[in-house]
Amino acid sequence: MEPTVDLKTAKDHGLSEEEYQQITEILGRTPTFTEIGIYSVMWSEHCSYKNSIAQLKTLPREGPALLAKAGDENAGAIDIGDGLAVVFKIESHNHPSAVEPYQGAATGVGGILRDIFTMGARPVAVLNSLRFGSLENPRVRYLFDGVIRGIGDYGNCFGVPDIGGEIYFEDAYTGNPLVNAMAVGIAKHSELVSAVSKGTGNVALIVGSSTGRDGIHGATFASEELSEKSEARRPSVQIGDPFTEKLLLEASLEIIRKKLLVGIQDMGAAGITCSSSEMSAKGKSGMRIDIDKVPVREEAMTPYEIMLSESQERMLVVCAPENIAEVKKIFEKWGLHAVEIGSVIDGGQLIVNSNGGKVADIPADSLVLGGGAPVYIRQQKRPDYLDKHQKFNLMSVPAAGDMNEALEKLLASPNIASKKWVYQQYDTSVRTSTAVGPGSSAGIIRIRKTDKALAVSTDCNGRYCYLDPRQGAKIAVAESALNVAVSGGRPVGVTNCLNFGNPHDPEIYYQFAESVAGMGEACAAFETPVTGGNVSFYNEDPERAVYPTPVIGMVGVIENTSHITTISFKEAGHHIYLIGQTKDELGGSEYLKTIHNKVTGKLPLINLENHKKTIDLILELIRSKIVLSAQDISDGGLAVALAECCFPNGIGAQLTLDVGIRPDSLLFGETQSRVIFTAAPAGAITIENIAAKYDLPVQKIGTTGGPDLKINELIDMPVAKLRRGYEGAIPAYMESVIKT
Amino acid sequence: MKIGIVVFPGSNCDYDAYQAFKLIEGVEVNYLWHGSDNLNSSDIIVLPGGFSYGDYLRSGSIARFSRIMKKVVDFANGGGYVIGICNGFQILLESGLLPGAMMKNSNLRFVCREVVLRVENNNTRFTSAASVGQLLRMPVAHGEGNYYADPGVISELELSGRVIFRYVNPDGVVTAQANPNGSINSIAGIINERGNVMGMMPHPERACELILGSADGLNIVKSLCETTT
Repeated sequence: MEPTVDLKTAKDHGLSEEEYQQITEILGRTPTFTEIGIYSVMWSEHCSYKNSIAQLKTLPREGPALLAKAGDENAGAIDIGDGLAVVFKIESHNHPSAVEPYQGAATGVGGILRDIFTMGARPVAVLNSLRFGSLENPRVRYLFDGVIRGIGDYGNCFGVPDIGGEIYFEDAYTGNPLVNAMAVGIAKHSELVSAVSKGTGNVALIVGSSTGRDGIHGATFASEELSEKSEARRPSVQIGDPFTEKLLLEASLEIIRKKLLVGIQDMGAAGITCSSSEMSAKGKSGMRIDIDKVPVREEAMTPYEIMLSESQERMLVVCAPENIAEVKKIFEKWGLHAVEIGSVIDGGQLIVNSNGGKVADIPADSLVLGGGAPVYIRQQKRPDYLDKHQKFNLMSVPAAGDMNEALEKLLASPNIASKKWVYQQYDTSVRTSTAVGPGSSAGIIRIRKTDKALAVSTDCNGRYCYLDPRQGAKIAVAESALNVAVSGGRPVGVTNCLNFGNPHDPEIYYQFAESVAGMGEACAAFETPVTGGNVSFYNEDPERAVYPTPVIGMVGVIENTSHITTISFKEAGHHIYLIGQTKDELGGSEYLKTIHNKVTGKLPLINLENHKKTIDLILELIRSKIVLSAQDISDGGLAVALAECCFPNGIGAQLTLDVGIRPDSLLFGETQSRVIFTAAPAGAITIENIAAKYDLPVQKIGTTGGPDLKINELIDMPVAKLRRGYEGAIPAYMESVIKT
Repeated sequence: MKIGIVVFPGSNCDYDAYQAFKLIEGVEVNYLWHGSDNLNSSDIIVLPGGFSYGDYLRSGSIARFSRIMKKVVDFANGGGYVIGICNGFQILLESGLLPGAMMKNSNLRFVCREVVLRVENNNTRFTSAASVGQLLRMPVAHGEGNYYADPGVISELELSGRVIFRYVNPDGVVTAQANPNGSINSIAGIINERGNVMGMMPHPERACELILGSADGLNIVKSLCETTT
């Protein structure tokens, strides 16, 4: 017998009194226990976007090349020519990773991969955007190590290359790390499939793993703040099985290729509940599920548990009765279940039967985003701290005495230091299409049977977004677009992962709304529509909320693989050029934080129109085949960017920069829309001619060569020495993990 | 020339091996299903990389019991050519077609990076297109690649020229730093006594095109495809 339901039951499930009222009105009666479970997960922030959708709708979501728009399918899809589509999405797994880093991160990767192949696309790359507290903290090192192992073990076994991402370390993420995983896939247009259920009499099958008690209420867990009690939520964390996922991939793509199905959706958050209700609502049909038929791996599971389980590596497939045998045969070949658990019915009800009785009978549409799920516009209040930072007088900060020492320190700060220790634990070359792996501006995957390649980057400076949410979000989009462009790609679309604190706090909601607004402006300016993504609220530990962190995943198309450009200086004697003009802009910089221990100040300005021109200029230069290396300037400024160009081939450089601003601004300021690139001396005239069309400052600032990096009279350091600090910083922290 | 690439559940470099052999003109490449016992009259069998059966136990320990492996063992015992790459090497060790065992990498972490291999013996069907002492760049990607065998076996391998590849630095010198996994004597690949079964941890199939950073792996692919028996 199921427990009886009252308001307290609803509140225990995280529903508000008004929401409980609404549910009883929709049903016209008191909900059953299974039903209250279903509503609680479907109306959780994680599934319903109830606190964010009003803002998200303001983002630019249209574009001529879009094949699947934000919210329409499991992931966005963009036409890239040759009958192919790129399918991509980013998603968070922050809360699970905070309590169980290995499985939390692993299942984050698993979930995003399913979102891609459930569309009919084969995953070709993953990226990770990660944020932790300071590595000085032993628990942070434990979380960091577990997350890296979890990501690696899952992706390595599944067989998808990791091509990049970003990792930041800031105190704001101490108790609540951010673990965002992005996946990119390629599909033929003709093989894109939909997450829809329709056609009365068609059959619903559960395929993949059996269902256990893991991950029950994972979606609800993701929709509350972390606290001392969170440790008790460990059972809400799912357990990953990348081997089964690999089999599920092959079997799913096989039934898709053979056109045996009506629709397919993965079971991520809220498991069977979410897939069945979303597919039915989309197809404007109903579904009857016989819950007793679901293959389970634990004894005496109740309908409530089965409906809410978030066991991994499962899909819901809807197909015509005549195709059942063939679908089953294919899954059997791959050693997986394919079991009929329900059928498509007239009307719009989601009916769950068990043991001859009915445990749920709900209008599917009432559960989902865009249907009956509530929509809230929360209170906003501009936080007072913003003014304090805006007014901060940079003149009160003296320039560092020894710029050589400052550069060494910056290169060894974990935010800037080499992440090789991390990405050497990821398979970066499986599938033999990785043209550029982690460590450059963007990861690059060539597209077989075409001349094209994809350039992908994830970006967000959370410190910026904390100091100025709107401008910080603009800069996140701008930086990701420029990362793609300096790699030779035209930015074509964005996926976003919006990581914020508790939306009921008006100051947090202000950060959220402002960030979305800034992101929208920038995406519109660069003509890169938002194709979907994920919102993660409640990222708070008992001490604080995380920095507002709207991560951008940008995808670009490289028209010809000969345009692929990396950051490394190629040989001595090349000319180094700078696009853009360095200004006195140190606010929010890594320099201010690392050298002066200050997180404050006005952010560097971003002029979106200028930035777009910078993107167009570097792309034209690259396409004219005179660019030998290119690098955008971001965290750590010009000096750090130059050092990073020196490292891969151990080639130094001599530079003469115009003075007239503070020396630390010159070297470490983070003025936007700047690019350094190299060319052979013979390219000078062509560069001048092309640059003249853009009305942007482009100047030769130096020459490559020698063992040292020399900038004016300010910097004179052996590249090898700088590189040792850059590469040694993170291993120095993490080797202590092994020792203790 | 017919190449047969075995597909185990969890193989994930089968496709890469397929693409690499397809680069050689006139070569027929087929996949062989683990549950079958038909080798499709292949001239050369490739056991590819990946995580066969998930490798939740010791790597390769379940794959050796698969239906097709009985046929592969017969094929090898009859003198047929078999190359095992990464997980394929681990399966060859588990099957007893090659001596020794793999331990976890010495740093206990998965490692994926480019390594430099020195060709120690080119008088084999697998390395005839290379020269002795030639340096080949290609990636490794594994968690259990720390090759071990007892001292008697190692000395026999060394003395009989059955160590085919060694991890070295870019100058061709054996160093601890150049060894990605702690393998004894920096061994990266070995061959059986008869000279028809070779296993290697690095991935030649991932280094057959310049766009991937190296085409040195072609030395091995070409050796296999061009030699006539």
